[in-house]
Amino acid sequence: MEDDAPVIYGLEFQARALTAQTAETDAIRFLVGTQSLKFDNQIHIIDFDDENNIINKNVLLHQAGEIWHIGASPADKAVLTTCYNKSEFSLYPSDSRVVSCAAVWRMPSDWETGSHESPDDSAHNPQTLELLCHLDNSAHGNAACVLWEPMGDGKRVISLADNHALLWDLQESSTQATVSSTATLEGKGQLKFTSGKWSPHHNCSQLATANDTAIRGWDLRTMSQIYCIENAHGQLVRDLDFNPNRQYYLASCGDDCKVKFWDVRNVQEPVKTLEEHSHWVWSVRYNHSHDQLVLTASSDSRLILSNMVSISSEPFGHLVDDEELSEGEDNHQEDKGKEPLTDSVVSTYEEHEDSVYAAEWSSADPWLFASLSYDGRLVINRVPRALKYRILL
Amino acid sequence: MDKGVEAAARVPADAGAERKRRVHGMLKLYYGLNEEGKAADQPESLDPCDINGPHFDPEVYLNKLRRECSLGELMDQESCMVKQIRSLDSDMQTLVYENYNKFISATDTIRKMKNDFKKMEDEMDCLSANMAAITEFSACISGTLQDQHTQITKLSGVHTLLRKLQFLFELPARLNKCLELQAYAQAVSSHRRARCVLQQYSHLPSFKGIQDDCHAIMDKLAQELRQKFRDGGSSAKDLSECVELLLQLDEPAEELCDKFLSHARSRLEMDLQGLEAEIRPFPSTPVESEAPGGPARKPSSAVAAGSPTDNSPKTSALPSPSSKTDILEFIDRGCNEFVSSLCLVITSYQELFINHAQTGELASKNIPQMANGKLHAFVDDLAARYFSLVERRMQEEKGVGDNSLLVRALDRFHRRLQAVAKLLPGSSVPNQGTEIVIRAATERVKQYLAALQSFYMDSLTDVRQALAAPRLAVAGASVAAGGALLGGPASGRDAPTSLPELLSSLSASILNQIKSVLASVHLFTAKDITFSNKPYFKGEFCSQGVRESLVVSFIKFVCQSSRQFCESAGDKGGSTPPALLLLLSRLCLDYETSTISYILTLTDEQFLVQHHSPVTAVTTLCAEAREAAQKLLNHYVKVQGLIISQMLRKSVETRDWVNTIEPRNVRAVMKRVVEDTTSIDVQVGLLYEEGVRKAHSSDSSKRTFSVYSSSRQQARYAASYTPSAPMDTNLLSNIHKLFSERIDIFSSVEFNKVSVMTGIIKISLKTFLECVRLRTFGRYGLQQIQVDCHYLQMYLWRFVSDENLVHFLLDEIVGSTAHRCLDPAPMEQSVIEVICERG
Repeated sequence: MEDDAPVIYGLEFQARALTAQTAETDAIRFLVGTQSLKFDNQIHIIDFDDENNIINKNVLLHQAGEIWHIGASPADKAVLTTCYNKSEFSLYPSDSRVVSCAAVWRMPSDWETGSHESPDDSAHNPQTLELLCHLDNSAHGNAACVLWEPMGDGKRVISLADNHALLWDLQESSTQATVSSTATLEGKGQLKFTSGKWSPHHNCSQLATANDTAIRGWDLRTMSQIYCIENAHGQLVRDLDFNPNRQYYLASCGDDCKVKFWDVRNVQEPVKTLEEHSHWVWSVRYNHSHDQLVLTASSDSRLILSNMVSISSEPFGHLVDDEELSEGEDNHQEDKGKEPLTDSVVSTYEEHEDSVYAAEWSSADPWLFASLSYDGRLVINRVPRALKYRILL
Repeated sequence: MDKGVEAAARVPADAGAERKRRVHGMLKLYYGLNEEGKAADQPESLDPCDINGPHFDPEVYLNKLRRECSLGELMDQESCMVKQIRSLDSDMQTLVYENYNKFISATDTIRKMKNDFKKMEDEMDCLSANMAAITEFSACISGTLQDQHTQITKLSGVHTLLRKLQFLFELPARLNKCLELQAYAQAVSSHRRARCVLQQYSHLPSFKGIQDDCHAIMDKLAQELRQKFRDGGSSAKDLSECVELLLQLDEPAEELCDKFLSHARSRLEMDLQGLEAEIRPFPSTPVESEAPGGPARKPSSAVAAGSPTDNSPKTSALPSPSSKTDILEFIDRGCNEFVSSLCLVITSYQELFINHAQTGELASKNIPQMANGKLHAFVDDLAARYFSLVERRMQEEKGVGDNSLLVRALDRFHRRLQAVAKLLPGSSVPNQGTEIVIRAATERVKQYLAALQSFYMDSLTDVRQALAAPRLAVAGASVAAGGALLGGPASGRDAPTSLPELLSSLSASILNQIKSVLASVHLFTAKDITFSNKPYFKGEFCSQGVRESLVVSFIKFVCQSSRQFCESAGDKGGSTPPALLLLLSRLCLDYETSTISYILTLTDEQFLVQHHSPVTAVTTLCAEAREAAQKLLNHYVKVQGLIISQMLRKSVETRDWVNTIEPRNVRAVMKRVVEDTTSIDVQVGLLYEEGVRKAHSSDSSKRTFSVYSSSRQQARYAASYTPSAPMDTNLLSNIHKLFSERIDIFSSVEFNKVSVMTGIIKISLKTFLECVRLRTFGRYGLQQIQVDCHYLQMYLWRFVSDENLVHFLLDEIVGSTAHRCLDPAPMEQSVIEVICERG
């Protein structure tokens, strides 16, 4: 079965930050933040027209600095957060400084209309993001990432800065941010959160963070550690993701080229380990609806889509509702006879030429995903049709 | 007559014996006789020119002569021939004369014989007349004696009858006397002789009386015999006699069998208890309590059993738990005591109840079958107990020190059971015995496997220590010091040993161990061992037992444990020293190339394995070994790469690149990286071949970073500053396309030094690149990276297969740094070179 060819979009600048516009469920839309030290940085809004296979882009200026992380509000399409580096450059070398900050922004309301009228101009006269508030972390160090409360009302975010996790309440339509509670990672040496993920389960009361080779779970009500996977990876842990359907399942990836799947109730051994990449794995993402589909991006310039049937919430390749569970089990028996589903790599995508630092599923179309490599190439791909039909039917 | 002829022949034959013989020969030839039946040695000549041949053709001969010979020769030939013809003529005359003489003398002899026969005929007539007269006389005499003869016969008959009667009348008295003298056998035989007669004439009062008397006496006798039998205090011979008599007295055979066997059982059980006591480390009272009064009675019964009675002192001295007897002694004792007693019992039993009964009148009562059944049950029961004891003892045999002891013990065990088999055909005992032997053998093979495995692990521990103790002399210069061959795993760690030496000593000691184990196991199939010709030991033991579950399993174990080194130590990479990984990888590779096939060939040769069942092929094992070697080497690359990566990463992460000062030196960490890479190179070079590298320009070391330092880099910077930036990415991808193959960083390496080094350097430089991309640089930060990269370029190219790879990665690093630089003002190439050359 032939699959649609990947759609490639090139940015002018190098880029690492990619997110789907979480609150948008109709259009396939991704946000990309660029990294440039010399020029004004941009946020590219990439709209993908699925039917015509066309990309529409809009550019917003992000003048504060180069973007390291970007997060879209789950409630308001127009609101997003970025973590950016602000470099205060001076001619006297010893005075130069690079500070990582985090802020909440709002896109100008007419960015969409403007782009349609004069698509050519958009690159030259881009509109500017409207700053809502700084997540002021001067007391806590450099921000690594900002996490929105999943499925929340867009009122709560967590920022990870050095060894602190800060829970912010956004008030007055996000123009004011106050720290409601903090947690601090303590230990020997300079500990630093590298990444984190807010769990969508347990009433959004849990957070998982990565620092060095360890993964830690936090209870946001008490801001205390609830579990810790020491040496989760042989090297640095780069990214985490929660299984959207199985509350105790967590995927992690890191510099040991491995992707590991954990059941946080038993942190001694990973449930499953994948070793498909030939260099560090920078990003791991569960598909939001079909959690057997896992996307991993690596600095070996590859993107890999894996089908982890054995540890998914629908291990039979069926959407099984709770009421149909018994029937589902019957079906399962039949299915097994027909085609035993095993964990496997569905596809390896090699459209990138440089390290791929980010990959995201679309929030609108569960069969579509985007990946971003350092050289600014954004590639939009689809799940192979054969697999899609096998999962659906 | 012959002599006469010869004499006559000799008269004219003056020319000597020689000539005479020739003449004879010719005559014989003439008459067609072969010399005294000898096969004609020469085939008759068919040559028409052979003057003596039967196919002589004078015409042809003459022609031939005329053709071939000169005149002189012809003349000679002619005179020679004339001479020969003349001599033949005279021979002929002589012969005619001789024949005539013989004929005359034969006529004389015949005439004389005619006269003699006439006289003889008269004498024969006279003889026949006399014979007729004698016959007549003889008939007359026998006729007169006829009457007297019948009378005498009758008288003698009466005499015998009288004697028999007398015997009958005297019988009670005689029996009584026998009873007194305990001459039971005589009594029984006497009674038997009389019994029928008495039975037949029992209606006559006088006979009846005798019969009753006899019965009474015989009952008493039987009573006595039974008593004697029951006491058991009699010798085996007595006992068998006893049984024999009782049988003759119509005692129920079944009862006798049971009694006999129960006697035997009590004796045999004593033996078994003795054996059991030896198994138990602390023989306790229960043994005695099982058979009350056993020990007290033992000596007497043992003596009475008539068995080789050296056991009685031994058993009485049994509570000596500390000195546990070895297996051979144990089996010896079992054989000498139990098995031989058992054989004895079987023999005498068969003698009594089976063979005897078959001949006697008892055969009709199905006694042999009944007795045989009882015997089988009895033997099976006891043998089962014996076997369970033996098996228990075998299980205690855990040490693998001296296999010959066990084999000898098993051999003896098996051999002695053959005796039982011979005595008792159709018994399952020998088969069970063989099964025990088989089980013991398989168990032993398992133990050997375990021993081999632990030996291997111990060896590895020793190697590990040897590697850890002195900092491994990577230069390999101190090889001479470690020249002493390491005897085995107990290698001293004081001598600094080099990797190749460690490898060779390790593989040699493993091989030796395997060989010695094979030799030990080989004992099981030695020719002089009785059970070695059982089908199991010929086939399955060799193929399944030795080849598969010993040798193949061990090789698999080696591969598997090697793989575990990669997995368990995988994450941190710290627990296994990299040198060990390298060494094991080489070991596995050696196994793949030669050792496995050597070991298996050795095994097949030693054990003459006939593969009835499918066995693991050499190729599968080799593939497994190769896979293990590959994994180990990959892991080695990964570990070493990570160590260097770690240094690079720390050096990038911990520095404030924005505010760094202008570079004056290559950073120390880069020197360290080069040093470590060099030492790794040496280390790998000790075990792996050089490998092929792509041809490179001779001035590689001097190569400038023209690629990025000048034109292209500028172009790239320029590109990123212009708004029409898509060019930039295009350019980048174009550069990539120059190196069209993707660089897989943690990829499989080949089994050679260059490939290994390439892998390590790839990992290190890629880490460098990724770390650089996460930082922001000031002007001098960029310049420092330029210097560092140039330094690396100067030294690293020589290690890798394709120097372009190093160029490319370093190029990327500097390029990325430039991108991450706030004030990208690259340093002059000449300055960089000066700094690097200064070191």
